[in-house]
Amino acid sequence: MTEMSNTPSRPSALREFWYYFRENRGAVMGLWVFGAFLIVAAFAPFIAPHDPTMQYREHILQPPFWQEGGSWTFPLGTDPLGRDMLSRLIVGARFSFFVGIVVVSIASVGGIVIGVLAGFAPRWLDTIIMRLMDIILAFPSLLLALVLVAVLGPSLTNAMIAIAIVLQPHYVRLTRASVMSERQKDYVTSARVAGAGLMRLMFITVLPNCLAPIIVQAALSFSTAILDAAALGFLGMGAQPPTPEWGTMLAEAREFILRAWWVVTFPGVAILITVLAINLMGDGLRDALDPKLKRS
Amino acid sequence: MTQAPVMTASHLARHYAVGGGLFSKPQTLRAVQDVDFELYAGKTLAVVGESGCGKSTLARMVTMIEEPTSGTLTLDGQAVTPDQWASVRQSVQIVFQDPYGSLNPRQRIGQILMEPLVINRPDLSKAEKEDRARQMLNMVGLRPEHFDRYPHMFSGGQRQRIAIARALMLDPKVLVLDEPVSALDLSIQSSVLNLLTDLQERLGLAYLFISHDLSVVRHVADDVIVMYLGRAVEKGPKEAVFDNPSHPYTKALLSATPIADPEHHKERIKLTGELPSPLNVPPGCAFAPRCWLATDKCRAERPDLTSGPHQAACFYV
Repeated sequence: MTEMSNTPSRPSALREFWYYFRENRGAVMGLWVFGAFLIVAAFAPFIAPHDPTMQYREHILQPPFWQEGGSWTFPLGTDPLGRDMLSRLIVGARFSFFVGIVVVSIASVGGIVIGVLAGFAPRWLDTIIMRLMDIILAFPSLLLALVLVAVLGPSLTNAMIAIAIVLQPHYVRLTRASVMSERQKDYVTSARVAGAGLMRLMFITVLPNCLAPIIVQAALSFSTAILDAAALGFLGMGAQPPTPEWGTMLAEAREFILRAWWVVTFPGVAILITVLAINLMGDGLRDALDPKLKRS
Repeated sequence: MTQAPVMTASHLARHYAVGGGLFSKPQTLRAVQDVDFELYAGKTLAVVGESGCGKSTLARMVTMIEEPTSGTLTLDGQAVTPDQWASVRQSVQIVFQDPYGSLNPRQRIGQILMEPLVINRPDLSKAEKEDRARQMLNMVGLRPEHFDRYPHMFSGGQRQRIAIARALMLDPKVLVLDEPVSALDLSIQSSVLNLLTDLQERLGLAYLFISHDLSVVRHVADDVIVMYLGRAVEKGPKEAVFDNPSHPYTKALLSATPIADPEHHKERIKLTGELPSPLNVPPGCAFAPRCWLATDKCRAERPDLTSGPHQAACFYV
């Protein structure tokens, strides 16, 4: 057996992934910001200097510390009801993160299951599923989410369900496309010859090989979910006051936009930075997981 | 032959409906028609022919991936019909041509080898399964430390050994080899072929060996079927077919095999024309448009296989 002489051991999948991910500076920065965001969200009650719903009536609309009239007690100022902006932003990170995770889990699990079914289904069922998804995709996504929330009633939970339904078709399309190309391959046939049932073929043999694009999609739709939840909150259809959700905070402060810039700016900046960081990270993930972009 | 065949196929055919859009009627593609063969334990039946002649479709029918349109397949005297596939499947396994596509890239070698047991033998404990997988790894000439590696860490020849090991995990009686060595280097081809011959002797396997490489077939086969456009045009023992080809197509095929002897002078039969479309098979002998012996009779009537051990489907044998 001369041909089996030492094959040099390849680096582990994780290390290889990190090697390619590291090349993209923006993605690494995005990862750091995302990590910071995660820590803030996890330890929000300990980090926040004040109770986010506590109203300090004598400090209404106090500007941030570097402006005249500001103080270190409320580093980023207070809102029209005298609540500390910084504490509300920190606790708001928690809601945004929660929205992101719940929406991505519902949308991806549902989308993947439907997508795998469509990929393996007979032609007529596949057509029905895909046309249904096309119909959902044809609506402007925020409008559809608004309609759904209007039907279900405005609350953060219903907003999350609505956004998940709106994001789902992307997962379905993506999964179906990779399943269709994967199931042509010989290893799927050989699993069938070995006696694998349909369920085993779908979820154990084929699905793990389709995951790379789905992971990227999950990272990118995390930010879409935060953005849509903020938009719904802004329109009064998402989280209800006094929940310190970033979009809701923006909506509440709308009338003070000329008098107290900080009430509107900080939630907006928080949304911007988070979404930007996640998008950068998602780009890096795509580059690192896509074999076509790999240099060997 | 006194021994009873492990597998018998009679009048096996597979047709596909193709096209058939909104405005056109689907056409029938006759990929395989009327093929008969017997497989014996410890013997190799080789199927040769150019691409598109139905070799792989035949393999897919024998391995129960596709249902024959007509004809019967019997395994150990028992008819194989789709309702029995689940129970019979373990006895027929397949090795594919492309060793890069036939192993699941997300599974370790151990998992790949144990998967057939996980599916079919729930009675075995995990340790027993692993034990069998390790034994098999050893039998195909791989080392124990390969057990925990991923397929991308192996060369083509090693992967093909893994694919063979996987196919043998369920102790099949019939192994279908769909061009098992045509994707490999010449030097590795021989080592894989030797492994296959060795395993056949040890385990008493019946091979259905599909290939377009006549020198490989000459090396491994006991019996040969030559296919042309979905039909067997010549079949018989290897020596008879190779030393005394009767059908003009076989003669042309054999004359195209390179021989490693610069002094050897050979009469190369050059065929003109293309393989006719299997959607539109000519009415008489399918080979007639390219045959230098063809007469009007060939173009009008289709010759059947002659009888006897060495058969050929030609009027002018």
